[in-house]
Amino acid sequence: MAEKDYRLSPRVDQVGIQDRVDRITKRSVKNAAKRKGLYMALNMIDLTTLEGADTDSKVKQMCYKAQHLHDSFPGLPTTAAVCVYPNFVKTAVQEVKGSGVKVASVATAFPSGQSSLEIKLLDTKIAVDNGAHEVDMVISRGKFHSGEYNFVHDEIAAIKEACGKVRLKVILETGELGTFDKVRRASDIAMDAGADFIKTSTGKISPAATLPVTLVMLEAIKDYYYKTGKMIGMKPAGGISNSKLALHYLLMVKETLGGKWLSNEWFRFGASSLANDVLMQIMKQESGNYQSKDYFSKD
Amino acid sequence: MKNKIDYSSDWNLDPAPESTGHIKLKKKYDLFIGGKWVKPKSGKYFATINPATEQKIADVAEAGQADVDAAVKAAKKAYDTVWSKLSGKERGKYIYRIARLIQEKAREFSVIESLDSGKVIRESRDIDIPLAAAHFFYYAGWADKLAYAFPNRQPKSLGVAAQITPWNFPMLMIAWKIAPALAAGNTVVLKPAETTSLTALKLAEVIQEAGLPEGVVNIVTGYGKTGAMMVEHKDIAKVAFTGSTGVGKIIMKSIAGTNKKSTMELGGKAANIIFEDAPLDQAVEGIINGIYFNQGHVCCAGSRLFVQESVYDVVLRKLKDRMESLYVGDPMDKNTDIGAINSKKQLDVINDYIKIGKAEGAEIYQPKCKIPKKGFWCKPTLFTNVAQSNRIAQEEIFGPVLAIQTFRTVDEVITKANNTPYGLSAGVWTDKGSKIFNLTSQLKAGVVWANTYNKFDPTSPFGGYKESGHGREGGLHGLEPYLKFD
Repeated sequence: MAEKDYRLSPRVDQVGIQDRVDRITKRSVKNAAKRKGLYMALNMIDLTTLEGADTDSKVKQMCYKAQHLHDSFPGLPTTAAVCVYPNFVKTAVQEVKGSGVKVASVATAFPSGQSSLEIKLLDTKIAVDNGAHEVDMVISRGKFHSGEYNFVHDEIAAIKEACGKVRLKVILETGELGTFDKVRRASDIAMDAGADFIKTSTGKISPAATLPVTLVMLEAIKDYYYKTGKMIGMKPAGGISNSKLALHYLLMVKETLGGKWLSNEWFRFGASSLANDVLMQIMKQESGNYQSKDYFSKD
Repeated sequence: MKNKIDYSSDWNLDPAPESTGHIKLKKKYDLFIGGKWVKPKSGKYFATINPATEQKIADVAEAGQADVDAAVKAAKKAYDTVWSKLSGKERGKYIYRIARLIQEKAREFSVIESLDSGKVIRESRDIDIPLAAAHFFYYAGWADKLAYAFPNRQPKSLGVAAQITPWNFPMLMIAWKIAPALAAGNTVVLKPAETTSLTALKLAEVIQEAGLPEGVVNIVTGYGKTGAMMVEHKDIAKVAFTGSTGVGKIIMKSIAGTNKKSTMELGGKAANIIFEDAPLDQAVEGIINGIYFNQGHVCCAGSRLFVQESVYDVVLRKLKDRMESLYVGDPMDKNTDIGAINSKKQLDVINDYIKIGKAEGAEIYQPKCKIPKKGFWCKPTLFTNVAQSNRIAQEEIFGPVLAIQTFRTVDEVITKANNTPYGLSAGVWTDKGSKIFNLTSQLKAGVVWANTYNKFDPTSPFGGYKESGHGREGGLHGLEPYLKFD
């Protein structure tokens, strides 16, 4: 088979993407739809801590929060997962055991990805061996910009192989890619190479996730689904910290990919502060009043 | 196709209706002549209804010959004694004041517009009313700069302009007409379309509030008969009409041989052309905006879609998918994408064309969306298997009905796109800049949008070739039809 030329990936028009996004952000989610949307959003969060200053005890606190978002209000879901560095996977797996909350580990020399394949594979192996349910890898953006698409493809494929049955999220770091055309190209490469999820950002680069960039990726997922029948998940990460924005993301998923993608099996938010804003909105829905931010735990 | 995306979901939006409690409407509207509300000498009134509910909103006066005479007389008097003697700078101040008042009352204007016309609140709120205000702001700026706009040509005003506006963008079309007329120093007798008089009458209140000298703008309501009386009046110096090509022809015949200047903004059957190298997902959004914007009641609607054969299947699939997430229904709901058809009469026209399309052998597609029982509704519709010789590909339907054809080469699509009596607008979708420039120079259309559709701005002239009319509205070009030069 002739090698695929990713420069021929479909083109994306920036003005048109913004037009479509504007139509979605003008939608108004009210009442029961809002409540349902907020519950769904909570249940799609990958509660994240990826700091140089992370410790076991910080990770433990976060794991507790993931399973007990706001215990004074019963009936809330858990988050989808917690997301940590590989060296905290063991702790996290222990802490979330039996709760249904998954442990995602970043790997492959996160966040820059500037390392050798050996180290990236080892990084992945450590995460997997320690029991991570999901691996969030970064692509080699330098190689991508140099046009070495096969390198990027093969690297993802190698990591996928190292993951085995563990689900692989591929971080494109869209804030470093520069154009929507390149986001689309990187999405196509990642899906072809075996990604289970494609993810916008590490959260370390600004801009992180945006609605337009997510739409470009969702359209890529849709085209891939039509071509192969395979569903790929989507994870916008970084910069999503309020409920209204989260609901607009969900509407975008619904209107692009349909209801089947509206579960945490196929859609995630990578976020650290979104949960509390969603909780505050849920409580406002219940009581009619906004509560102080100090009623919600910050960990 | 083996995979199909299911757009149904158990997560569905709840109604998000815009409140209507804040609007102030009278039960009965008289005519606005000489700065005052006067009862029609005809003694007649007619009802204006909400096309989404078929309920009456208000009664509106029907101007007869004596009323039109009085309006023209008031406009003539205001022109002779006040407006033509005022400096451009002073005229500009009044126009700015009108612009600001529209902006202040934007919410009320948009709600009334949606109630009266059936268009969705999202569009009246975000497009119609802000753009109407923008037109007043834009032309206010020209009022004291006419000598610079037309250097060495000594521009002079004409006198009384008779202006007749359509029902598809009631307030916006009024702004397109009144703003340049006033900036150029003319006075106005305006008649809004009979199904959508209310924002015009609301504007009359704004004009009063702005303190515009009496008689500079007169608003008379009524049917086509009233319009004919205006056009035929001997003291009219200029006719500006936006509406159907059929009526435009009647007007041109009636003013033939007179000194009356005219601008005609008439029908269209625009080609929206998708090349294989286009950004297809965005092109699909452009197709949607092109034909389903304002229920397709748009003279420049992209009602003929030309898709290059190599991408036809994928474009059609994407288009059908996109249509599944269009909400049709209550125009006052902020989530509605497609509102009510403006009138029973227009709905009948659209339904006739849908029947014709089927009878011609074209294949119809409509999404699964539900439509309300009461009111006038038409699902977004597309026809495939269409030939250039089909009536649905030749005639203006003025509704949410798209006729899709395929093409193979650039030359073929240019020939087909120009093969129409109309020439108002066109759209081109390609990633290749040179192709865009090739097409913009060869398409006989007043506006050609490249990789976008239905974008409007006060600074940009708008108008047609051939049977789509003559003269331009908007921009510097829009001043010229309201001026004469030594």
